[in-house]
Amino acid sequence: MRYLHNIGTYFLMIAEMFRKPTKWSVMRTLILKDIDDLIIGSLGIIAFISFFVGGVVTIQTALNIENPLIPRYLVGFATRQSVILEFAPTFTSIIMAGKVGSFITSSIGTMRVTEQIDALEVMGINSLNYLVFPKTIALMLYPFAIAIGMFLGILGGMAACVFGGYTSLEDYILGLQTDFDGFHVTYSFIKTYVFAFVLATIPSFHGYYMKGGALEVGKASTTAFVWTAVVIILLNYILTGMMLG
Amino acid sequence: MIVVENLHKSFGEAEILKGISTSFEKGKTNLIIGQSGSGKTVFLKCLLGLFTYEEGTISYDGKIFSQLTEGQKRDLRAEIGMVFQGSALFDSMTIVENVMFPLRMFTKMSKSEMEDRADFVLKRVNLPDAHHKMPSEASGGMQKRVAIARAIVNNPKYLFCDEPNSGLDPKTAIVIDNLIQEITDEYQIITVINSHDMNSVMEIGEKIVFLKNGLKAWEGSNKTIFKTDNEIVTDFVYSSNLFKKVRKMYLEENE
Repeated sequence: MRYLHNIGTYFLMIAEMFRKPTKWSVMRTLILKDIDDLIIGSLGIIAFISFFVGGVVTIQTALNIENPLIPRYLVGFATRQSVILEFAPTFTSIIMAGKVGSFITSSIGTMRVTEQIDALEVMGINSLNYLVFPKTIALMLYPFAIAIGMFLGILGGMAACVFGGYTSLEDYILGLQTDFDGFHVTYSFIKTYVFAFVLATIPSFHGYYMKGGALEVGKASTTAFVWTAVVIILLNYILTGMMLG
Repeated sequence: MIVVENLHKSFGEAEILKGISTSFEKGKTNLIIGQSGSGKTVFLKCLLGLFTYEEGTISYDGKIFSQLTEGQKRDLRAEIGMVFQGSALFDSMTIVENVMFPLRMFTKMSKSEMEDRADFVLKRVNLPDAHHKMPSEASGGMQKRVAIARAIVNNPKYLFCDEPNSGLDPKTAIVIDNLIQEITDEYQIITVINSHDMNSVMEIGEKIVFLKNGLKAWEGSNKTIFKTDNEIVTDFVYSSNLFKKVRKMYLEENE
């Protein structure tokens, strides 16, 4: 029953977020600040993880291909498919649920605890529009970060291949070009947009509606991470079934 | 004038406010006092429109809050200044940005006009040099003064303060009390303060509403509270030996 109540409250929160918009000059500043906090601030970790996981995928694929009948260019092919289809959009989003999600929950939750949200409401400001809407808009640039992740993942694989001696650069590039389907990139970006919305709204929900003190802010951050990850994985399954199934 | 009539508020089965009627006048510091759990905070949040209530009316200068449209409520809220118990300053903004916030949201002032106005109110609350500090770098007393500056920057008609002295030393608490009273008198605003600080009651309680168990148990001022024989009030206000002696001396002097 409590879950149904929370789901209902979540959708009401989203509807409320679009009502009574904040003055544009203020909103523009908030959006730019959130782009800096949520997107630009995450580029480093996305780049680092993407590059090295791309390399690991390449090494593991190369090490598991022992049959001489299997062409070596398969290493590049497998790396490309893994990075574009799953690693960059889904795996990175789960990492971002930890980084961006807990930041959103704890910052909004702290505002709740310290009555800053009440202060906004007393002033007649739609606090959901003021707090959640700019984060949602800022995260619409998240696919840009994922595109960088895709590029660096494939680059990491290439570096592992060349410097580790697992396959030649020519084979790797041939693998990258083999059976390339542009729709896979489209599918990946559609998923990323959906995950970006989830990344902005579920942690905001847990921060906005939390009750209690500092300890509960910590608990809300953990709960937000768990639920964001669960919803991303479920939506990943549903979207994959709908678009590729 | 703010007029409250027969206000009822419940949370589930628990009835917190059981029919409160009172009024708060312009240019006066009105205090709501009572023990913890008496319904003071709920009453204040009903006045602010943060809680809806089941029965009764609250009118601001003749405008009944529950009958206002969303747009009218928004306009009314722009005329309200609020000082929260914990100051509720936006910790991502500097002190001057906090003070300028209501101006950015509700006026079409240019940046230099906003800065001038913020400068003026920060000087009025005796904080002329704290503009670029972050709230976390300010002391409790400074934070309260910034909260007062933010509350009055947009020339509100109504000022609400929730426990403005909590967590402050007695000297700073008196400074804050006096500041609120001076501002109320100077700008002729309606000030409602939620407090259980007896020093505030004696110092600035031009009107006092005493709540007990969700009901108004007594109403008067810091002059009449010395003379009242209402046991519920005297038990609460004169619970310390010091205040008992002060009252005795006052009554002896005025006999």
